[in-house]
Formats: sequence, structure tokens, C-alpha cells
Amino acid sequence: MSDPKIEGYVFKPGFSGMAQDTGSDQTMFKGVHWGKAMMWIFLLSDTFIFSCFLISYMKGRGSTLVEWPNPSEVFALDAFGVPVPLLLIAIMTFVLITSSGTMALAVKYGYEKNRKMCAWLILATAIGGLTFVGMQAFEWSKLIHEGVRPWENPFGAKQFGSFFFMITGFHGTHVSIGVIFLFIYAYKTFAGHYDEKKRGWFTTMKGDYVEIEILGLYWHFVDLVWVFIFAFFYLW
Amino acid sequence: MSEEFNDNKTVHAQSSETISGGGSGAAPDMDYVRPAEVPEQDLYHGHSFITKWIFCQDAKVIGVQYFLLATFTGIIGLILSWLMRLQLGFPGAAGFMTAEHYYQFVTMHGMIMVVYFLTALFLGGFGNYLIPLMVGARDMVFPYLNMVSFWMFFIAVLVLLSSFFVPGGPTGAGWTLYPPQTILEGTPGSGAGILLMCLSLILFVAGFTMGGLNYLITILQARTRGMTLMRMPLTVWGIFTATVLAMLAFPALLVGALMMSLDKVLGTSFFMPTILKAGEVLEYGGGSPILFQHLFWFFGHPEVYIVALPAFGIVSDLISVHSRKNIFGYRMMVWAIVGIGGLSFFVWAHHMYVSGMNPWFGFFFATTTLIIAVPTAMKVYNWILTLWKGNIRMNTVMLWCLGFIVTFVNGGITGIFLGNVSVDVPLSDTYFVIAHFHMVMGIAPLMVIMGAVYHWFPLVAGKFLDEKLGKWHFWLTFLGAYSIYFPMHYLGFIGVPRRYFEMYDSPYMTSAVGMNEFISTAAFIVGAAQFILIYNIIRTLKIGKPSGHNPWKACSLEWLTPTVPPEHGNWGDRLPVVHRWAYDYSVPGAKEDFIVQTTAPSEVANTDVEKT
Repeated sequence: MSDPKIEGYVFKPGFSGMAQDTGSDQTMFKGVHWGKAMMWIFLLSDTFIFSCFLISYMKGRGSTLVEWPNPSEVFALDAFGVPVPLLLIAIMTFVLITSSGTMALAVKYGYEKNRKMCAWLILATAIGGLTFVGMQAFEWSKLIHEGVRPWENPFGAKQFGSFFFMITGFHGTHVSIGVIFLFIYAYKTFAGHYDEKKRGWFTTMKGDYVEIEILGLYWHFVDLVWVFIFAFFYLW
Repeated sequence: MSEEFNDNKTVHAQSSETISGGGSGAAPDMDYVRPAEVPEQDLYHGHSFITKWIFCQDAKVIGVQYFLLATFTGIIGLILSWLMRLQLGFPGAAGFMTAEHYYQFVTMHGMIMVVYFLTALFLGGFGNYLIPLMVGARDMVFPYLNMVSFWMFFIAVLVLLSSFFVPGGPTGAGWTLYPPQTILEGTPGSGAGILLMCLSLILFVAGFTMGGLNYLITILQARTRGMTLMRMPLTVWGIFTATVLAMLAFPALLVGALMMSLDKVLGTSFFMPTILKAGEVLEYGGGSPILFQHLFWFFGHPEVYIVALPAFGIVSDLISVHSRKNIFGYRMMVWAIVGIGGLSFFVWAHHMYVSGMNPWFGFFFATTTLIIAVPTAMKVYNWILTLWKGNIRMNTVMLWCLGFIVTFVNGGITGIFLGNVSVDVPLSDTYFVIAHFHMVMGIAPLMVIMGAVYHWFPLVAGKFLDEKLGKWHFWLTFLGAYSIYFPMHYLGFIGVPRRYFEMYDSPYMTSAVGMNEFISTAAFIVGAAQFILIYNIIRTLKIGKPSGHNPWKACSLEWLTPTVPPEHGNWGDRLPVVHRWAYDYSVPGAKEDFIVQTTAPSEVANTDVEKT
């Protein structure tokens, strides 16, 4: 990324540039759209939410007296009669990470004003997200079928069920909200709202392709959180 | 001032190289300020009554809405405290009062005052009103989101208050909501009450996040030309840092409230250990009550500073304006605010000394707690040095500021007692703790709020509040608050425990009875004295004398709007251009004793202004 052109302002590289930007007037992050800066700070706050969840999970897992179930057995899936540990989770993770890739491409085509390509890629991302949520629903129903509940768990410590449903549920809600917005943005891109600078439904802000990047930030964040949930819940 | 404290920072204003960056243009004009980076903001101007005053996107109206609703909830909190004091001073005087009621009132009083009154009032009220005006923006950057933020707060308050009317009443677990007792039968409001409380907190956090993002981005990305971070009034710095704390601390509360609701509704055992009740083992088991305490206080301690930092910032500005001196050590003040904010995330477990911790843990948290006293003390010294040899106007605003300093020092010193583990253990859960935190985060910020109301009312309404009523209000509140909380320190030393409905026939009953009656009487008077302000506001709106532009002769931008009170969009046709900090008072060589922030250097070329 090259520096934006700002009249009367000369960028400096490295740390002194950061100090200069911070000490300057008007904006601290030069050339950064308000919405984009807002999304970064929101994501910082959201990071704290997920950190609290995961730290609580570690504490709960560490302090329970009943043995914690073995994730590679609980989350195994029978493929051709052979139980494969973490098969479904691996596919889910793959789908989600792939959708991050399509999202990044959508942002690129958006800035190139390639309306159609951008819209298709957003749609692909939305479908990836939807697939992820669908597979999560499948996983939930499988566990519920086997008797795992938020308040009990036939495989061991009851906190396993509690934390599993709460954390994956909270993450799944994030994905679902993201999918809804992806569909809306795909529609808006198809309809050319960003090319026409059409104002949003609720706000008076003019539409711009930067909105796709903002949604992309959210989407990558949701993926990143999944990586942590995957590591701490399924691999530990 | 500059005779005594002349240093090489004071220069004759000659250069315009004050804004870092952009100097390379080598503009010969000393008044040069870089052109605007961001295009003008589009604003939605309301036309109907509903879009102008109810679902309004103007940050100033939203600020007033926040202010009024927070005050309304605060009055409910005040009435609850009256009922509690009635029971403590004159047991049995309120016939309907049972122990359950008492606990419910304690809980609701605490939660309302900390979250729904002080936080909402400082950040939602003053933040919304002052940030855009002080940084020279037309409005908050996301006006629609800002409006939603207020209405989320409104719903949160409705949900909270509705818990008074559900079967079992509101929760009575204490404002800290410690499990397991919070959701176990036997605690008042352990059914619907606690659920509504958790829901209300979650809504509050969601609503606050929307507002908080607005405050942060407005300050970081929407300042006017020439407004650097280090030229912002300290009010903005205080609110900014408090908002950062809130964005990082409220998540812990949200997670705690969510897990608590799940424990209650779904029967999970996040916080619930194995419990034997009346000889029967409950369904719960294996959870950790201490986990909730950590989550709660990871929110709870920064929350203290979410309330205190805006108060620090505002009081700095009020003192500076009304003693006609620049704030002593502006940069030190800024870094102290930021430092206190950062440190506040590493002290939370000092609320848990008696919860059962590794002693080294207590040692660590005692150390960090005492370190916080350093930047805080720096601030107090700077306030006093700002007053030193100032041209002090002894008006109502200044009285509240002085009241704040005294009260805050008082509460801060008892904080040093309680920050040490070995001193805290015998004092914890006594009235000493009550006295400490009411002094430091109840009365002290409240004094600032009152001072700020008297200071900024001429801006909001264009009229002066009555000084005579204001002085009555101040002295009754100040002396009354001391009459309430000073004796409480003593009650704590003799060991009277907090949160007791009645002392029955304990020795505390006999030795403390007179004092309790005295405290209660004082509490009734102080509470009633607050209505003087409401009367004053209503009276002023009707017959107050107009204040005109910039009645206090302040330097900061909010007083420089073309109309008073400012209209939607704040600045008329042209945004202001800032050339200096907000504290050029009594500059040697200047014609008047203040130079407003928009004054160009060429207009005051022969004065000793600070280089900012």
C-alpha cells in the first residue's frame, strides 16, 4: 500500500512517520476511512470478548474435577466405517479459510471497480459462510443426538458441553451476522450502489467500495477467531 | 505566571511550524494551516418534531437525552439510598421494609449509580455534547449509530427498571452479583430479577459500544484543521481514555453476564460449584465462582476510571478557566490520564483480597494499585499548582472544583489503606470501604458533574444558572456529604459490617446508633439539596438572564460557535481553524486575559504564548 496523497503533508517512513502522524492535526490514521477505523476498534473490543470466553474456558477446563472428554474421539466422524478424528472440523476450517480468500479477492476487484467480479466473489464468500454455519448446525445436532447438553455430558465433565455450545454458538452468531451482511453487500454491489455513490439505507453516508473492505475486515476477524477456537477447543 | 516559571518553552510567537508534518511546504505565511484532508460531512437535518428531538441524529441533542435519562435513573438511585438510610438510621421506621427489600435496594442503588448514572452521564452526556464541539467537528462521525446508541441505553434502563415489577422483584445479590448466591433460591430476585439485570447490562454494553466507537473515531479522525491531539482540552482526553477503557473492559462484563444467565436459564455450571442445600446436592457442580469475580472486576476496576478520568479532564478545564491560568503541566496531565488508564487494567484483583488468592497474587496487585497513586497524585499537584497565584473567580463552578479536589484527595488516601493487603483484610466489608468508594468515585465525580453543569449550562441553554441557589446547593452538598461519609470511616474502624439490614443486639448497635441516625439525617438533607439544582434549571430556563457568547471568557472551541446554543452542524458555513492549545490564559503581553484557540499567531505576534 502506498501512502495516500494529502495536500501539504509529507509522509515519513517508519517510527518517526508514526510519531508525525500521531502528532499531526485532523486525523491520526492518514487517509483511513472513518468506517474502516471504526471497524478496527470494534474488532479490538470483540477480541476482548472472545479472549474472555477462551480464558474462562481454560479456567473451567483446568478447575473441573471430572475428566475432560477427548476431543479427537468426541469430534470424530465415521467415513466409510472408519472414525476419522476432526474430519468435519477440518472441512469446516477449510471452507471458512477459503471464504476469507474469496473475500480478499472481492476487495481487490472492488477497488478496481470491477463490479460484477466483486459481487460474485462476495456471493461466493457468503455461500462459504453459509456452508460453515450449516456444518456447524450438523455438528451441534450430532452432539445433541449423542446426549451432550449445555448442562450435561455423557463423555465427562459437564463444562465441556457448556463451553462448547456457548463459544461455538457465539462464534456462529458472528458468522451468521456476517453472512447476512455479505448477501446484502452482494446485492448492493450487483445493483451498482457503490459505483453510483448511493447513500445507505439508514445513514447519509455515500456508498463506496471501501465498505466492502470494512466488511472484509470483519470476515477475516471471524476466521481468525475460529482458528483460535479450533486450536484451543479441538486440538487441546 | 511566566515570571516565576519561565522556561525555554515560552517563545515569542513567530513561527507557524507548530503542526508537525506539512512543514516541508515551507509556507512563508505564519498563519498557515494545512488544508482539510477529509471532505465536509453530510448531515441529516431533522425537520419534524420526531426527527429533531426524539430520534435525533444531532450529537448535542443525544447528549442532552443521555443526560436527562441518566439523571432520571440517578434520582431513582438516590431514592433507594434514602430508603436504605431510613432503615439503617431508624430501624423499622419504614414499615414495608424487609431484609429482602433492603438487599434489593442496595443492589439496584449500586448498579444504577455506577453504570446507568455516572458512566452514561459522563460518556453519553458530556461526551456527546462536548467532543464534536471541542475538536471542531460538525457532529459525531456516525450520527445514526449514535442515535441507536441512546435508544439502546433507553431500552437497557427500561429493562432494568422493569425488574422492580416482576415476581420476586429485582436482584438482591449486591451490585457485584457474586455467584453462586446470586442465582440460588433464597436470594431475593434470583428468578426474573437477575435475568433482567444481566439482559439490561448486555444491552447497555451493546449500546455503549456504538457510542464509544463514535467518540473514539470522532476524536482520532474528525478533528478540525490545526487541532492536534496535544491541543485538545483535557476534557476530551479524559473522555477519550475512558472510552478506550470501556471498549476493553465492558467485554468482560458482557461475558460474565451472559455466562451467568446461562447458569440460570440452561443450568450450566460455569460459576456454580457443587452445592449442598438443605441436605440435598443441587444439579450444579464443577464451576468456579472465583472466575466470575475475575471477569467482574476486570470490568469493575477500569469502570472506576471510566467514571474518574472524564471527571479529571473536566475539572482540569474548569479550574483553568476559572482561575485564568493555563493548566499546569498539560502534557504531564495527558500522560497521567493515559497512564492511569493503562494501569487500571492491572489492579482488578485488589477487590478480591479476601476471596482466597495466592499471597503472591495479592502482593502483585497491591504493588500495581499503589503505583496508580503516582500519576493520580501528579494530577492533584497540578490542579493545585494551576490554582496557585491564579486570578481565581470564586463562583459556583470553582467551589465545586475545590470541593472535588478535597473529596478526591480524601478518598484517594483511604484507597492507599485499602490497597494494602494486610490493612485491607480487617477493613474489608466494613463501612470503611463504603466511605472510601463513595468519596472517591461517588461524591468526587458528582462534584465535577455539578461544576460542569454550572459551567456549560450557558452554552447548552444560553442562560446563566442562579449563583445564589448554586452556592446553597454546593455548601449543603459538600458539608452534607462529609457528614455522611466521614463518620462512616469511624464505623468501619470499629468494625460495623456493610450490607447488614439491621445490627440487632450486637455491640455495634449500641455504640453506633447515634452515629447512624446522624448519617441518615444528613443523607436526607443532601439528597433533598440536589433538587435545588433541578429547581434552578427550571427557573433559569424561564427567567434566567441570557449569557451571550463565551460568558466565561474561555479559550476552547465549544464557546466559539456562531450561535449560542450551537445549531445542528455546530459551525455555520466554515469550520474553525485552530492555531493553539485551549489554555492561553493571562498571556503576558496580550490585550485580554485569554486568547481563543482560533486566534492566528499574527494577531498576537508580540505576546509570550506557549508553543503548542
